[in-house]
Amino acid sequence: MEMKPLTRIVLGLVCLLVAIWLVAPTLVVVPMSFNGNKSLSFPPQGFSWQWYENFVTNPEWSTSFLNSLKVASIVAVLATVLGTLAAFGLDRMKARPANLLRMLMLTPMVVPGVVLAIGIYAVYLDAQLVGTLPGFVLAHTILALPFVLIAVSANLEVFDRRLETAAASLGAGALTTFRTVTLPLILPGILSGLLFAFATSFDEIIVSLFITNPYLKTLPVQIFSSITRDADPTVAAVGTILLCATTILIGGGMLLLGRERKGRL
Amino acid sequence: MSAFEPTIQTAEKRAVWAWRPFALTLPALVLLAAVIGYPLLTIVLRSLSEPAWGVQNYAWFFGAPVNLAVLQRTFSISAWVTLVCVVCAYPYAYLMTAVGPRMRLILVLCVLIPFWVSGVVRTLSWVILLQDSGVINSLLRSAGFAGIRLIRTQTGVVIGMAQVLLPFMILPLYSVMKGIDLRLVQAARSLGARPSRAFLTVYLPLSLPGVYAGAIIVFILALGFYITPALLGGPRSTMLSTLVQTQVLSLLQWGRGGAMGVVLLVTTFLLLALAAPVMRSRHREAGRR
Repeated sequence: MEMKPLTRIVLGLVCLLVAIWLVAPTLVVVPMSFNGNKSLSFPPQGFSWQWYENFVTNPEWSTSFLNSLKVASIVAVLATVLGTLAAFGLDRMKARPANLLRMLMLTPMVVPGVVLAIGIYAVYLDAQLVGTLPGFVLAHTILALPFVLIAVSANLEVFDRRLETAAASLGAGALTTFRTVTLPLILPGILSGLLFAFATSFDEIIVSLFITNPYLKTLPVQIFSSITRDADPTVAAVGTILLCATTILIGGGMLLLGRERKGRL
Repeated sequence: MSAFEPTIQTAEKRAVWAWRPFALTLPALVLLAAVIGYPLLTIVLRSLSEPAWGVQNYAWFFGAPVNLAVLQRTFSISAWVTLVCVVCAYPYAYLMTAVGPRMRLILVLCVLIPFWVSGVVRTLSWVILLQDSGVINSLLRSAGFAGIRLIRTQTGVVIGMAQVLLPFMILPLYSVMKGIDLRLVQAARSLGARPSRAFLTVYLPLSLPGVYAGAIIVFILALGFYITPALLGGPRSTMLSTLVQTQVLSLLQWGRGGAMGVVLLVTTFLLLALAAPVMRSRHREAGRR
């Protein structure tokens, strides 16, 4: 679409502002994490590493971090297995029942967090699952399932089923066909599902806030209670560490992908 | 007779195969029923049965002006967030379609970077930015202006929520705008329409499905927001989710809290049902293309 120069400048400026609005809040934790004082006021005073030290040495923080890693790892595996199986089932079903079941399985994405949280809390109180590892794993798995389903289904949609027929016609059994033909081709979908499932669980807060107890806290719960209790810059340090970790992971992944693509060309 | 046998066998085999896909979805469905279905059913039942069977909890909810005020505020905050998102996302998504691949990658990264940090940390960032001794007020004061109160206000909640939800508006909008045939706009221009008129009568209507899709997603997600209003809002910007939490955790009023939850749930599903035809027709058009 052609535009007058003035319109062009205004459009550019507006978009620049939107981009700053999107990104700047993500970065504001970085300077706060080196604060010399125990406060979250701006600008930070002095410089110190004490909040990073606190994150590593204070058992409240380090335990909740390890808890989150543990829960998220189990959830990632469980949700990926269940989600991949379901995606295969839906792919090989008639369209009408498949659509219905798919909609059912995506409901965890649209049910308001608090409604789900009080429901799960009520059931967990009866089943004595509050503050337990299985409790967290079950709740997070169901919340992560839709992301795996979407990722794997998207991959199956472009998967050419004739390749399986070809393998079978050449004498491969069902399992061999799956292992040597189907799996390698849909692996990208499964892996991105795994990653999404891990991130969903690692980040989950609302349901976790209800089913937590002093014996089992995940990192987001610890962050939330720290923010509501006092202005402890350790949260800023945690935020900075998480930001660096994701940047390295995603940056590394993009570099690897780019190299692979170049190698193929 | 023997000629029929293979056919019968294949038919039998097919019947077994027809069950197998369903069996594959079964583990996920069982978990879904146990961890989503059963809890939601429990909440519905408790809202109707505590302290006694009947609709007293719903009567209480719709009878108290305080609750209705919160319900109305939940809707108005969600509507404001949606409006802010549409206004900010529209030019941004358009720019994404108009620039070269390198610039587009940067713009996409800006949309995705907020997802890199955990949601709670993002809300913490907004506390740091908006508080009275925060970044925005420090900058205002050093520029010689008087500070403004942002945290614990409705404005603060809307600013924070809109930033979190903006990607959900930009991405569907971009996917629709990407498919708009710009020759249609050129045709309007060549027939004598001024740029503004060509935009209003040709481009804007073609991009509306994206606006609808994004707006509905943002509005629905905003209705159920809990963390951002809890940390950025004050007592005068309470949303429905916070009220549900107070009833259940602080007052142990499972019936009343459950009734509020059911109201929130039903509203969400009603909106989804209203939106489904719009989204489906968009899907069909995309398929035709």
